[in-house]
Amino acid sequence: MLNFVFRRLLVAIPTLLIVSVFVFLLLKLLPGDPALALAGEERDPQVIETIRVKYGLDQPLPVQYVRWLGGVLQGDFGVSIRTRLPIGEMIVEKLPVTLQLSLQAMIIALLIGIPAGVLAAFKRGTPTDYIVSMLGLGGLSIPSFWLGIMLILLFAVSLGWLPSGGYVGFFESPLANFRYTLLPSLVLGTSAAAIVMRHTRSSMIATLQQDYIRTARAKGLREYVVVTRHALRNGLIPVVTTATLHLGELLSGAVLTEQVFGIPGFGKMIVDGVFSRDYAVVQAVVLCAAVMFLLMSLIADIAYVILSPRLRS
Amino acid sequence: MTDLSIQAEPAVDGGHRKSALRQILSQPSAVIGGSIVIFFVLMAIFAPLLAPFDPNASDWLAVRQAPGALHWFGTDDLGRDILSRILFGARASLLAGVIAVAIAIAVGVPLGLIAGYFGGLLDAVISRCTDALLAVPFLVLAIALAAFLGASLQNAMIAIGVSAVPIFIRLTRGQVLVVKGEDYITAARAVGVRDRTIIVSHVFPNVLAPVVVQGTITMAVAILAEASLAFLGLGQRPPAPSWGSMLDVARQFLTEAPWMAVWPGLAIVAIVLGFNLLGDGLNDALSPHRDHD
Repeated sequence: MLNFVFRRLLVAIPTLLIVSVFVFLLLKLLPGDPALALAGEERDPQVIETIRVKYGLDQPLPVQYVRWLGGVLQGDFGVSIRTRLPIGEMIVEKLPVTLQLSLQAMIIALLIGIPAGVLAAFKRGTPTDYIVSMLGLGGLSIPSFWLGIMLILLFAVSLGWLPSGGYVGFFESPLANFRYTLLPSLVLGTSAAAIVMRHTRSSMIATLQQDYIRTARAKGLREYVVVTRHALRNGLIPVVTTATLHLGELLSGAVLTEQVFGIPGFGKMIVDGVFSRDYAVVQAVVLCAAVMFLLMSLIADIAYVILSPRLRS
Repeated sequence: MTDLSIQAEPAVDGGHRKSALRQILSQPSAVIGGSIVIFFVLMAIFAPLLAPFDPNASDWLAVRQAPGALHWFGTDDLGRDILSRILFGARASLLAGVIAVAIAIAVGVPLGLIAGYFGGLLDAVISRCTDALLAVPFLVLAIALAAFLGASLQNAMIAIGVSAVPIFIRLTRGQVLVVKGEDYITAARAVGVRDRTIIVSHVFPNVLAPVVVQGTITMAVAILAEASLAFLGLGQRPPAPSWGSMLDVARQFLTEAPWMAVWPGLAIVAIVLGFNLLGDGLNDALSPHRDHD
């Protein structure tokens, strides 16, 4: 097992290095002289030259890359030009907010998606299946930001039950935190639920066609036992993989959701970074998103090996 | 945010091509989805004829009017007719979808063909780069690219297209690997057919069906992404109408003019649902190994 994890980690390293090259080159896409941008109002050539040397901008690209990567590996992503804070600190502060949202969203997604997918698979070809499948496709087709706006309209503007936006930390007040994160988690959870439902349905349909299910039924087991002991146990293995992988993807939904609800998380950080031309922040967020995704796919692979006995050896 | 995966299976029966259209038409989801898509395409083409008002003309005497006999969908904060803006907004959405998917296919499919067919170092390099790009969430990549390129509809389309490239590389490469082992490829090689000819006339046709399916689904993803970028202010610049940016403005008037937020959202849901339905239907119709029960 340890051997597997180790080998899997080794494979992730080159991918991560290539991501870092892309992210580094992204900044070089920008037109104009970065030293000039860093200088701000200053136009004295002497000063600009000093800045160029100070930030290593006079060095060839590969040297600049290695320097940058060296910093990143030590958690040094540079300083945000908007907040003047080290970007590493900002990430440590904002990441937990987005992680909480994503986890809550995934819980909602699993609670809705798995039963719905199982139901659709068992009632395959019936109106129930069509309705559930249509709802699933609908969940994939709704823009998260619009769903967020509509929920705000209903629960905050019309009914006044929940706040329309903002955020309170969990440790400040768990109840307020719940009230502020409920709608955003619901929004994030909707598309995730649709994906979980679709995967559960197709996986369960495949499982139900297996011989051992027919055998279980043939030997007279009650349908309930067939479903819980045989079908679900096997049919849900790919769903675990999907759900874990999607946890890494939830970040992209969180960008819009956090924007709509004004939540100071990781996703809002990239949007704020974009609008204040704080490109080092954008770079850092993209890189961290990739790291999280690769981490999640590693966990998904490990979970898959643990869950399916055939691969355990 | 969206399910980008389709079941990639090799198209084995090239001989049944005549019945492809009939197979597609026998899928209810393909027919319904296709109809929705055609509806929006017609809407985009005939927007100037259909729109009751100039989409950019402000009427200061009719600011934020609720839907009524004159303005069916109401008016926005500048007194512009929302129905007309929705009609013209279909253009930005569809154009973004088509261009982005065209970029993704034009770049992704050849790279996938090369990686899969030739293998070796070339494949290793292309595949690792694909893995790296796929590791960044789709929308995060699109936002970053759009931000670095600068905000405009054109750059949003490029950003979305580039972000979708790895999906097509991976899909095409996988298809090629399946086909490569087939006897007819070995035979073609044995009689000395040039690689380029083999790729174009033997490998490519087998890749076509999954690419069409994935392209349709990616249209849905790209249109959602365009709306998202416009909503964030990284797409179509005002005053040109775009559903995403209409929603961005509508957010400020939720209490006074909720209808401003309702219509653009419904339009996005409908068109994206249309492409998703069509993609699902095409997948069922064109995938030869689908189960028949």
